[in-house]
Amino acid sequence: MDFNTALTILIDGLEFSSYLFIVSVGLTLVFGVMKILNVAHANFYAWGAYMAAWLIGRWTNMGFSEGSTFLMIAVATIVVGLVLGYLVERCVLRYMYERDEVVTVLATFALFLILEDAILLIFGVDPYFADQPMFALGSIDIGGITRTVYGLTMIAVAIVVGIGLWLLLTKTTWGRLLIAVIHDREMSISMGINVKRVYIVTFILGAMLGALGGAYVAPTISVAPGFAVDVVVLSFAVVAIGGMGSIPGAIIGALIVGIARAIAVHNFPQVELFVVFAVMAIVLVFKPEGLFAPERSRKI
Amino acid sequence: MFHIPNIRTLAAASFSAAILATGISAPAHAKDAIKIAVPAFLSGAAAGPFGVPARNGAEMVIDAINAGKLPEPYSAAGFAGAKAEAIFIDEAGGNAKQVPEYRNLVQKRDVDVIAGYISSGTCAALAPVIEELQRLTIFSTCGTPRIFEEAPRKYIFRSMAHATADSVAAAHYVRTMFPDSHSYTGINQNYAWGQDSWRDFDLTMQQLDSEAKPSEKTQFPKIFAGQYGSEISAMSLDKAEMVHSSFWGGDLESFISQANIRGLFKKKKAILTVGGTAAYRLGKKLPDGIILGARGPYGILVRDRDTALNTWFVTTYKDRYGTYPSGPSYQYAQAILTAKYGYDKAMKDNGGNFPDQDQVIAAIKGAKFESFSTTVDFALADGHQAITENVYGITKYDSENGEPGVTDVKFFPAECVMPPDGETSVEWIKGGMKGAKCN
Repeated sequence: MDFNTALTILIDGLEFSSYLFIVSVGLTLVFGVMKILNVAHANFYAWGAYMAAWLIGRWTNMGFSEGSTFLMIAVATIVVGLVLGYLVERCVLRYMYERDEVVTVLATFALFLILEDAILLIFGVDPYFADQPMFALGSIDIGGITRTVYGLTMIAVAIVVGIGLWLLLTKTTWGRLLIAVIHDREMSISMGINVKRVYIVTFILGAMLGALGGAYVAPTISVAPGFAVDVVVLSFAVVAIGGMGSIPGAIIGALIVGIARAIAVHNFPQVELFVVFAVMAIVLVFKPEGLFAPERSRKI
Repeated sequence: MFHIPNIRTLAAASFSAAILATGISAPAHAKDAIKIAVPAFLSGAAAGPFGVPARNGAEMVIDAINAGKLPEPYSAAGFAGAKAEAIFIDEAGGNAKQVPEYRNLVQKRDVDVIAGYISSGTCAALAPVIEELQRLTIFSTCGTPRIFEEAPRKYIFRSMAHATADSVAAAHYVRTMFPDSHSYTGINQNYAWGQDSWRDFDLTMQQLDSEAKPSEKTQFPKIFAGQYGSEISAMSLDKAEMVHSSFWGGDLESFISQANIRGLFKKKKAILTVGGTAAYRLGKKLPDGIILGARGPYGILVRDRDTALNTWFVTTYKDRYGTYPSGPSYQYAQAILTAKYGYDKAMKDNGGNFPDQDQVIAAIKGAKFESFSTTVDFALADGHQAITENVYGITKYDSENGEPGVTDVKFFPAECVMPPDGETSVEWIKGGMKGAKCN
């Protein structure tokens, strides 16, 4: 393997890992704090993508420059995360906290189906194109091939998200409260922590991360009904590899999946589909809880 | 109060009495209406590029037939005089949904004809069910050759050529237009359609070109994957001169968008066998220089074909839906026209009486007639599989009219790109495509 091929594989892997990390870190954050395996996380991704594509289209039609369309990605992320995240938590999930985890999974699956159909009702069946941000940044030659600068910014966004979450969890009061709730919900309540508020804020943050994944990827794809399902399946693989509820696990899981997939595409394209889940299976054989599953305190 | 019967009533009564007295069975009664079910993707990723144009094409032609507004020779109103009630159903949801849906159409809703289906997987899954339920079904679009290769069918027709024609014609086009290009790679979806398309293209290239050099690293991403960054990198590094793809729907549009900005289409000649479905949707964003197919003589490749039927189809569609018809619009309209042809001919063969299903089937079997953009010839599979010509061109945006266009359009006769009766596609191609009539 020559240097150019190795470099290309590395960048391809990092780009894909970054995208997977942004989507899956929201999933793992919600699970870590609330113990909810949120199948409807795919909807935040899909709604973020649709909202961004729609807003970018409207924004451009109003005569604004292609460069300014990045603002619409941020708007879509915030609107979908805040509104949809809040509504889902308040209207459905808060009634599920005392119920069995299986019931919660079923409820989020029902939500997933409802919100998928809601997309059809609101946005229709025609795919949306919103490639203005991608074209605004243009392309660059690296290692003998042309890459989009936009794709490279995905890596930067993932790094910012990762560092931001690390700072939030380790350097702020709210982050310490969150870690306390992750470790022991009952004890946190007895210590006076407003767990309900922690849940709402966490869920909205998770929803915003899902929406950010969709909104940021929207300019690179044809945003079409049903496109989010595969993404969330991959996100589950990332979370399973890294360990449910672990943010470092999401980083490592995304890197493993992204790099493994890139190696397969470049060298053994016939096993590209297989390789992600093969890696997951191997990890789970030796570490059934995932690589970085948070330790659980033993209760007597 | 007495009512005096008029002369018509008396005549009818006398005729009925005579029939009863002689024991002759009555001919089938004229029907006021028939039900035609039209399955197409109305939700999911395939709805926008495929399902909705398909539905529109079928709807427009059914309405025109009911109103007697089709051009000659199809101007007689109705299907053997009966008006059609169209029932549009969603093809999304996979085979587990489509098989019971089909049973529901036949056993509960008692439809007379089912015309449609886009997915090869669905067609393959439905074929034995259709034969079991014995209802006339016309596949409009699905491409897999297996439908008639696996077993003889009585109740199934397919009104366009199968997928082999697309791949064989693509290889012929490449050899004709770019005789100095020998190496190629591919990116195709990882299921029956993508794998069969690549296989047929690769086999044909190796038959037509003694110097053919297929890549060892052809890409088969998952259907609806949406992101092809790594695949585009791998193909950019590949030394192949051409890229073959049978991508369709949202996958096709995503791939074009991502590959375009990364300069793949400047480095390599792209052959998009279903690219025609994206032409009007992408407009100016469809790069120049792409070798474009439309799964036959449909859509942008025949927009300017100057026949009464085609001119009517293009102008009526554009007036009604505000855009030009793409391939699926034509293909579904062709399936509906096949039903009309069958009903009308069967009625004629039946002495002007409304035909039963077996008579309609007999009328379609082996038929050859003019459709909107091409000749449909049910020449294969004991008269159940149509052969139609195929066509490719090269994209060139028409900046004067502000719409996408094609240049260097070449048509390939049906007998050039489809295997003869009784031979499977793979056997025929591997055997050197004997009997192909390409001139």
